[in-house]
Amino acid sequence: MLPSPFAFERPSTIAGAVRAVGKSGDGMFYSGGTELLLALKMRVIHTDRLIDIKGIKGLDRIALNDANDIELGARCTHNKIANDPAIRAHVPALSSLCANVANIRVRSVGTIGGNLCFGEPHADPLTMLAALDARLVLIGPSGTRVVHADDFIRSELETVREPDELLTVIAFSRPTGPATYRRFKHGERPSVNVAMAWSLGASGRTIRSARVRVGALGSRPQPLKAIEDVLQGLSVAEVRPAIEAVLPTALGELEVNEDRHGGAEYKRHLAGVLLLRNADEAIAAAGSA
Amino acid sequence: MTHVLPISFSLNGQAIAIDVPAHTLLIDLIRDRLGLKGTKRSCDMEVCGACTVLLDGEPISSCTTLAVDVDQREVTTIEGVTPPEGLSRIQKAFVLHGGLQCGFCTPGFIMAVTALLKATPHPTDEEIRHYLHGNLCRCTGYTKIFEAVRSLAAEQVSEDAA
Repeated sequence: MLPSPFAFERPSTIAGAVRAVGKSGDGMFYSGGTELLLALKMRVIHTDRLIDIKGIKGLDRIALNDANDIELGARCTHNKIANDPAIRAHVPALSSLCANVANIRVRSVGTIGGNLCFGEPHADPLTMLAALDARLVLIGPSGTRVVHADDFIRSELETVREPDELLTVIAFSRPTGPATYRRFKHGERPSVNVAMAWSLGASGRTIRSARVRVGALGSRPQPLKAIEDVLQGLSVAEVRPAIEAVLPTALGELEVNEDRHGGAEYKRHLAGVLLLRNADEAIAAAGSA
Repeated sequence: MTHVLPISFSLNGQAIAIDVPAHTLLIDLIRDRLGLKGTKRSCDMEVCGACTVLLDGEPISSCTTLAVDVDQREVTTIEGVTPPEGLSRIQKAFVLHGGLQCGFCTPGFIMAVTALLKATPHPTDEEIRHYLHGNLCRCTGYTKIFEAVRSLAAEQVSEDAA
């Protein structure tokens, strides 16, 4: 399959890229193309102009800033995040997640920003980033705005990003407790995934707060509020029975699409299994810290 | 509207300068305009790995890469890793271990294994499986391919030990 013809521009600045997309027609930002080119080849989307952002310096930076925030440039490839020493040290689950996105060829060129902006519900990174309470920085013609990962998806394959807004950075606080991720998949995309991030008290034995997100079931990752509530203030030693006690209620509140990945009850069951595996890993990590 | 851009790149060590429409896919440039037919198109959606080529040494799907993106870079195809006479050590290992039947997926596997062994000369069994899980083969059942790659890892280890 061949995409329809389009023009190609290579701006060297963020402002230049935003101007280039916005000036007319239906230009689109382009980097790895691992999602976009597939859609263009199948002709399910159309563009008259691709604005290649690979020439913009700094968009593939990974840094731990002075505010103890981890910043991921949106153009970081999955491979780059997987192999980054700071990510491996501070968020090993994110490193591992990125090391297992799709396949080696997709990881070589596909970017974290592109993955998020495509809005595919069956994707790995957003579930984890939502559990980490990540902020997404969008730069458009009228300035910069920050959107929380939880609020980024409008509907399936649609985000709140305007066409002329460029996602530049994804930032989240360096975790102060275990951050874990588990998925189940039949093909290359997750059928169900679950991420959990704990903030531990000073002793390391008590959970100050927890964020739990279940992804790929609806259009966006969903919080498991009942689990988060029960974990708050809880001793790490009491986690498993506490989760098991509220698990059926928590899973019952999930909105679940039935699709080729499975029926609703099956996927709810998987979410529960994955949550408990996250919990076991987090308990072990908290115990060894 | 067709937007044509000039690109210059290295293809298997040979300098290429050519004008390409912006929407040209790398696989079509390699196969149809430059005549190297070793790179295969199969799934056309970055899942099967038959079209794998190396871009600056990294494996990519040429079916879903724009030709304009190889400008000023190095592309290596199966022709570039095959000696003028005979076979490379990776190709020999595939033959020796029966790591192919119809052969359609083989160029992609050879390219992926080339990249794997360059990045990780002595991969563990798990590393081999993890790296190659994105290359599909409908004939062999993978065991023979896995054994071929494992023999290369072992061979390198014994060479190092000697």
